[in-house]
Amino acid sequence: MAAAPAPATAAARRRDAPAPRAGRPGRPRRARHTDGTAGWWFIAPNLVGMLLFTLIPVVAAVLIAFTDWDVVSGLGGVRFTGLANFTELLSDDRFWHSFKLTGIYTGVSVPLSVLFGLGLAIALNRPVPGRAALRTIFFLPYIVNQVAIGMTWLLLLNPSSGMVNEVLRSVGIDDPPAWFASSDWALPAFMIMAVWGGVGYAAVIYLAALQDLPTDLYEAAAIDGAGPWRRFTTITWPALVPTTTFVFVTLVISVSQSFGLVVLITQGGPGDSTRVLPAFIYQSGFEYYRFGYASAAGLLTFVCVLVLTLSFWRFQKGRALYDD
Amino acid sequence: MTSLTTTSALRRFGWAVLLWSLALLFLAPFAWMISTSLKRNIDVFDLPIQWIPDTFQWSNYAEVWTGEHSIARYFLNSVVVAAARVFGELLTASMAGYAFARLSFRGRDKVFLLYLATALIPFQLLLVPRFMYFQQLGIYDTLLALILPGMFTVIGTFLMRQYFTGLPPELREAARIDGASEWRIYWNVYLPLARPVLAALGILAFVWSWNDYESPLVLLTTDSNYTIPIGLTNFADESGGLSAGLAMAGSVSSLVPVILLFLLLQKRFIQALTRAGLK
Repeated sequence: MAAAPAPATAAARRRDAPAPRAGRPGRPRRARHTDGTAGWWFIAPNLVGMLLFTLIPVVAAVLIAFTDWDVVSGLGGVRFTGLANFTELLSDDRFWHSFKLTGIYTGVSVPLSVLFGLGLAIALNRPVPGRAALRTIFFLPYIVNQVAIGMTWLLLLNPSSGMVNEVLRSVGIDDPPAWFASSDWALPAFMIMAVWGGVGYAAVIYLAALQDLPTDLYEAAAIDGAGPWRRFTTITWPALVPTTTFVFVTLVISVSQSFGLVVLITQGGPGDSTRVLPAFIYQSGFEYYRFGYASAAGLLTFVCVLVLTLSFWRFQKGRALYDD
Repeated sequence: MTSLTTTSALRRFGWAVLLWSLALLFLAPFAWMISTSLKRNIDVFDLPIQWIPDTFQWSNYAEVWTGEHSIARYFLNSVVVAAARVFGELLTASMAGYAFARLSFRGRDKVFLLYLATALIPFQLLLVPRFMYFQQLGIYDTLLALILPGMFTVIGTFLMRQYFTGLPPELREAARIDGASEWRIYWNVYLPLARPVLAALGILAFVWSWNDYESPLVLLTTDSNYTIPIGLTNFADESGGLSAGLAMAGSVSSLVPVILLFLLLQKRFIQALTRAGLK
């Protein structure tokens, strides 16, 4: 999960706010005060690691995107092909299909996770017997590895003998979905898994934000005669906008970029029905050995993520009530 | 008055019932996982579901831990990778975070901007270049291929920087007057104060490392180097389907460390998650 540009809780923001910065102008000395090179020594291990294992690969990815390199031919087999990968991608129906699938998959499962997570957090913010246990239970799916989850759901959603369809049949649905075996139901099955895993995450983060809200505002609003819905729309929701942005962005990043479950369960099938973009990239590279093509697709995704994140960030900047 | 308190009590009871039913629904896959891990393969799909099997098939666990595809080796690999990643991440992230928060040096803000930009790089963009580059470095198909990139993360540096920013800068001035070196100020003054956030980051890094399936999928090929998630897939592709009892016994085993750690330290874990979004 990558970092998002919004602080998740009011407390986090408050901690950030009063930070006095050393070396700010306003001191009597004209020259900017520095602590010499000590700072560089302190960041050196992390920075060198980042350069070696993230930045160099990114630069390599950009270069590879302009070649038709397959790994088999080694470094000598690098041939620059200009924009060929990109022009091919733009006219590749399978790429656009994957693009669309990623949009649908993310566009359905993330808002549902956020919505249910918010509801759950509000419910858990009241006195409920066993509240701590409930919070733990809802959060559990988030900390479980994909393979264990994937194998379990694969068995639970078995079309003929899985528990889910057994329950559906027992409530009178005679022809339950074939889930991962059906090109119509495989993607919804992944959505169910994504929501099951995302709701607890959203709820826990919302809950932390709710517990940071000042209670006196609510008391004042109640005295003024504001009902629960009005209190929600005028106090709770505006205060939760930064949290919502944070939950939304982090979930979009993790949901739209993960391909492990698809590779494990359906390999993109049946047909092309679950080949989301990261799975398309993975398969282009590691199953068809078209590394240049895979890198070009990765680069296009990066641009999309960048645009999406920046626009969310701007949206949040404009909407947050307590922004500092 | 009595009617008012009864309705509110009823309502509260209704909420509790609703929430706990939902919680049971969330728990059902876990319960099914445990139940199935103790069943014979032929009993897995028996109907109606037998949540508590007649005889506990403990041999599933014996097979998973000592059989042909023993997960003991994968478990050990996962422990080694997670320990190295957590240690490396805590050290390098706390050093860098401290410098970004408390030291001023030429180019600091520019480097920090670079860090911010790096956080947006999607993982799948790194798959291909890491795969090829790690072959050149000679660490492809070794545990180092998982450990090294995991030791230097942006998010860890952000978390540490944010925490150190909230600590008083006067501590440093005082220690300097006493003649302490920059390293001693970091190590003896600030780092001990950062214990809560170190714990939080440590758990986060452990869980990410333990659950990582996509990196080993691309970077490991030798069975004896597998970590837990990829090792578990051995039970999935035998004879085209799952040997359900074994797959679930392996899955339950893989969850135990993470869930135990989470139960022990969930407050810190959640703090880290909520703090992870910074400016």
